Amino acid sequence: MVRTLITAAEAEHNPLLPETADLVWATLVFVVLFIVFWRLILPRVKTTLDARAEIIEGGIKKAESAQAEAAAALDEYNKQLAEARAEAARIREQARLDGTKILNELKEQASVEAARITANALTTIEAERQSAIVSLRAEVGSLAIDLASGVIGESLSDDKKASAIVDRFLAELEDADSTDEKTKA
Amino acid sequence: MFAPLATEDGSGGEFVGPSINEFFPDAVLFVGTPFEMNRIMIIRVIVVVALVLVFWLGTRRMKIVPGRFQSLVEWGLSIPRDSIAIDLLGKKDGTRFLPLLTTIFFLVIGMNITGIVPLMNIAGTSVIGIPIILAVISYVTFIYAGVKKHPGKFFKNALFPPGVPWALYIIVTPIEFISTFVLRPVTLTLRLLMNMIVGHLLLVLFFLATQFFFFQVGGPAALFGVGTLAFGFVFTLFEILVAVLQAYVFTLLTAVYLQLALADEH
Repeated sequence: MVRTLITAAEAEHNPLLPETADLVWATLVFVVLFIVFWRLILPRVKTTLDARAEIIEGGIKKAESAQAEAAAALDEYNKQLAEARAEAARIREQARLDGTKILNELKEQASVEAARITANALTTIEAERQSAIVSLRAEVGSLAIDLASGVIGESLSDDKKASAIVDRFLAELEDADSTDEKTKA
Repeated sequence: MFAPLATEDGSGGEFVGPSINEFFPDAVLFVGTPFEMNRIMIIRVIVVVALVLVFWLGTRRMKIVPGRFQSLVEWGLSIPRDSIAIDLLGKKDGTRFLPLLTTIFFLVIGMNITGIVPLMNIAGTSVIGIPIILAVISYVTFIYAGVKKHPGKFFKNALFPPGVPWALYIIVTPIEFISTFVLRPVTLTLRLLMNMIVGHLLLVLFFLATQFFFFQVGGPAALFGVGTLAFGFVFTLFEILVAVLQAYVFTLLTAVYLQLALADEH
């Protein structure tokens, strides 16, 4: 009896022929789910994914800019270091040049001074010599006259007399010297 | 009208397997209206409510750094998006048809999986309504996409592929017509429907047989029941695979049809 029932039911139902209620509920569930996904779920997910992508891209950009900044700072530092080194070398070179210059100047000054001193000494010596010549010339003249007058005043044949005259002359010469010195003084 | 009525035959009765009536239970709600509901229709509504609930909750307060549940939901949504829609249709068209492809994927997966959910034990896709409606939607969508992309030339390109000698159109055109405009929706419908029907019948058969061996035959023959029970268990796991696979295939084929319709040249 059961089997005949089942056979009868089988004849009624063809699985390939949709019933109205079947189609209605299939359409309804599709439409509901489609609207929920289309209008609600997928926009939410899209917003989140976009925000996430933006943050990740922003992070990458930030890291890139930080790296670029660091590189720039390093360049700047290296440049400054090189500049400082060049500056130091320049100053050293300048100091060396200055030192040489000063040394040369001093040397020149010293030689000029030496020359000046030498010239002064020569001039002094010359002046002394001139004055000596002048005074000698005057004294020798008067001496010669004194001597001549002495010779003329005494006999020149007597040796005794001659020597006495010379002695007296010499004595007078000494006296004259001393008086000269006195007058000079 | 359930097949297990076989037990009423008493001890020593012959084994009665499941019939196609498995898929046509009695209506219980709104009887006589177009909204008549049997338990399969009720299961469909439960599935949709569950899907909406899961995705609504999973995307309610989305965070940039997702928690476990949000990660899971996002991962689920990434399957039809990344590996089907965008992969096949590209970024622009993939995004355009994403709502449809996502809906098809999760509707089919949800309706399929009820085939092994305890107390439900029948797939919402095992009656032709959902397969045929989804196939029609897929069919209409790819024709719409093709006509919009190649106005006035879509049917010509589809039926008279360029580069084919004139005489060959006598053969090519009927083949193209049948394969594109007849077989596509039919195969979409039947592949899904038959997988679900057969899967369910197999499970019922194994479990009915187990009951038959254990409680009606008894004795040493009850050992056969152990075997059928083991098969039932293995096929339950297999049905999980089939449920996911069929959802993937249905969505993938819809995307492929869209891709072909949107292609610059056939």
